Amino acid sequence: MKMKLTFAAALMAATAMSSAAAAKTLVYCSEGSPEGFDPALYTAGTTFDASSKAVYNRLVQFEPGTTNTVPGLAESWEVSDDGLEITFHLREGVQFHSTNFFTPTREFNADDVLFSFNRQLQEDAPFHDYVSGASWEYFNAMSMPDLIESIEKVDDMTVKFTLTRPEAPFIANLAMDFASIMSKEYADQLAEAGNEGNLNQQPIGTGPFQFVAYQPDAVIRYQAHENYWNGRQPIDDLVFSITTEASVRQQKLLAGECHIMPYPNPADVESLEENSDITLMQQEGLNVGYLAYNTQQEPFDQKEVRKALNMAINKEAIIEAVFQGSGQIAKNPIPPTMWSYNDAVEDDPYDPDAAREMLEEAGVTDLSMRVWAMPVQRPYNPNARRMAELIQEDFSNVGVDVEIVSYEWGEYLERSKEEDRDGAVLLGWTGDNGDPDNFLAVLLGCDAVGGANRAQWCNEEFNDLVQEAKTLQSQEERAELYEQAQVIFKEEAPWATIAHSTVFMPMRNEVEGYKMDPLGGHAFEGVDLAE
Amino acid sequence: MLRFLLFRLALLIPTFVGVSIVAFAFIRLLPGDPIMMLAGERGISAERYAELQAAYGFDRPIIVQYLDYLWGLLHGDLGTSVVTRRPVLDEFFTLFPATLELSLCAITLAVFLGVPLGVIAAVKRGSWVDQSIMGTALVGYSMPIFWWGLLLIILFSGILGWTPVSGRISLLYFFPPVTGFMLIDSLLSGQDGAFRSALSHLVLPSIVLATIPLAVIARQTRSAMLEVLGEDYVRTARSKGLPPARVIGLHALRNALIPVITTIGLQIGVLMAGAILTETIFSWPGIGKWMVDSVFKRDYAVVQGGLLLIAGIIMLVNLIVDVLYGLVNPRIRH
Repeated sequence: MKMKLTFAAALMAATAMSSAAAAKTLVYCSEGSPEGFDPALYTAGTTFDASSKAVYNRLVQFEPGTTNTVPGLAESWEVSDDGLEITFHLREGVQFHSTNFFTPTREFNADDVLFSFNRQLQEDAPFHDYVSGASWEYFNAMSMPDLIESIEKVDDMTVKFTLTRPEAPFIANLAMDFASIMSKEYADQLAEAGNEGNLNQQPIGTGPFQFVAYQPDAVIRYQAHENYWNGRQPIDDLVFSITTEASVRQQKLLAGECHIMPYPNPADVESLEENSDITLMQQEGLNVGYLAYNTQQEPFDQKEVRKALNMAINKEAIIEAVFQGSGQIAKNPIPPTMWSYNDAVEDDPYDPDAAREMLEEAGVTDLSMRVWAMPVQRPYNPNARRMAELIQEDFSNVGVDVEIVSYEWGEYLERSKEEDRDGAVLLGWTGDNGDPDNFLAVLLGCDAVGGANRAQWCNEEFNDLVQEAKTLQSQEERAELYEQAQVIFKEEAPWATIAHSTVFMPMRNEVEGYKMDPLGGHAFEGVDLAE
Repeated sequence: MLRFLLFRLALLIPTFVGVSIVAFAFIRLLPGDPIMMLAGERGISAERYAELQAAYGFDRPIIVQYLDYLWGLLHGDLGTSVVTRRPVLDEFFTLFPATLELSLCAITLAVFLGVPLGVIAAVKRGSWVDQSIMGTALVGYSMPIFWWGLLLIILFSGILGWTPVSGRISLLYFFPPVTGFMLIDSLLSGQDGAFRSALSHLVLPSIVLATIPLAVIARQTRSAMLEVLGEDYVRTARSKGLPPARVIGLHALRNALIPVITTIGLQIGVLMAGAILTETIFSWPGIGKWMVDSVFKRDYAVVQGGLLLIAGIIMLVNLIVDVLYGLVNPRIRH
């Protein structure tokens, strides 16, 4: 009997193996571990890749490869004339994942939408505090609590959001990761069993892949969602092989241990490009790296001085030395891939002689200043120290003496916000939702002075344009206002806009249909492997 | 022997309290806090910051926070990670078997190669054999681990294709962890080739991790052997006409091993504290990388809990070494 059992087990294992060999498995060498699997709790892209991109859907979604919003779990929506009410008509027949830890008894409906948002909005809602210190950071950062007056279930397949003020970027906000739709039925089941925390460990969604297992710091496994509303995926299994070191990720890619990887070392890009087994995709990042003057501090309160300094910076040399070619010069505060980018704006020319004259005319001599260099690497600035040194040299050419300072990252972020801060700060921004408001209002609005507005710059004309644009529904009309705002920005020069980085994505040639996400995420819906 | 043990155990208590204070204070001395780290470039409003401070209890006086932490410790509660919201102890026990497995393999490699090499070097003192062994040991000792690991990956995984690049087992194999030790779990899984795969994934990280301990053990064995080989009783044994292998193996090595055991014990302690660099290069899901990541994220609970657990393990290893030492050398017991 025992013999028979062992034989049966061996046979089963053998069948499992052969079917595993036949299954199409895409391996993605990810750069880090997710913090959890409830995207609304976190703000890191690594976490979103593993949770919202693979497992969940949102009411509206970003069309793959663009920042345009398209229907997701909502098939259509209407906005009332005053812009205060938005009614979503939900998609019929959407199934949640059926796994070994949850079997849904019903399809997706309005209850799931209400659950997903109310837990973030209302302090007394179920799952508001289901993990200690749940802070719903992105929901708050996008001002959702002030913005949403109420969310109502009109009927099973209709949900109405009422806002406190008209806000055009709201639809784009709902395409962000924090707005992922969870299963209320699953949450109820967990609550009943006293296992609320599992909502963040074993996710159930409606997305293209369903969660199978996670071994911390090692592997995340998913399989194709058989009943996915947008069609079953061409691959059977998706595996995230967590590999934090960029050079090791590259070795794994070359050895065929993974099919696709993010964030190669800039120095390795050239050799990857030459490798005939590898396809190297690239895209302009939705980001900007800048030097923000303190416009409330003398003599930087004069726009002539700021303008002169901008003309003293040799941006081409910076792109070459700091980005090793993987970047482009920035002239506007928003990246060129974003709608409303004003290409007619002319960048300040690099002209040290003219800059020196302008400084003299402004009565500025023997100027010495501080330039703050970030202690960390960021896509929009891979080496702030080096950038600061180049700027130091450029400024000394026009007679300005620069002292470079730096602080530990947390302290840097905090101190650079202070209105009486001494010196100009190197920093940058990566877009959240592809809306220009997410750059122009967040980084340069009057409300953000003393916060994310590191230039401490409040220009009424600029601010009015940006605020007005927010209340309009038509993208065309909004774009016009944003274009004007960019002209004012250039004239007033609160920043020296330095660079937009280029993002590279190396993959093996057999990977088909991968689209780079301008918002920096990594999603595998629709990706296939050639036989 | 029992008194010796009890005395050693009693000594652990003040050490533990000391470590808990250091661990608690250390991470708070660093500028920045977990909330600021989570907020990043986006920043956070002052009200929201205060709200979160209160939610995590960071707004209370530091002494209250410490006592609260200590109270939790006495109940076996090391707190919850600010980042993953999972209990620190759970995270530790998920990751620790990987560190333990790797360090045991590495130390085995280091001992089985290091001790014989040290003995050979001592016996052939001054010869080219001695010089080349000691020269290699010096190189190994001063090898930058990160570079060494990458070099091996590029050669053996990239060019020759003999070993996998990183990870603990091929992604083809998937079974739930039972013991957390991949070698054992792969055998238990009954899947064909799983054990072989797990073993092949251990080769490079073990070599890299063993490099420094191997060099240290070889050097220590050599110097201890040289000392013993000059003793009268060795000369007597030799003059009695005993075969050289017996003199070296039995009379000399046994006595030379005492300081070597101490060295090995200390090295085990060091390895178990998490081999940060080796774990990072080989994407090995152990506690070294876990601790470093938490320091960067200012995850207070993980850093202080992790430090305490690691200190506990090092103390335990030292205790075992002391006891072993007492067994080998009765003079120590008194």
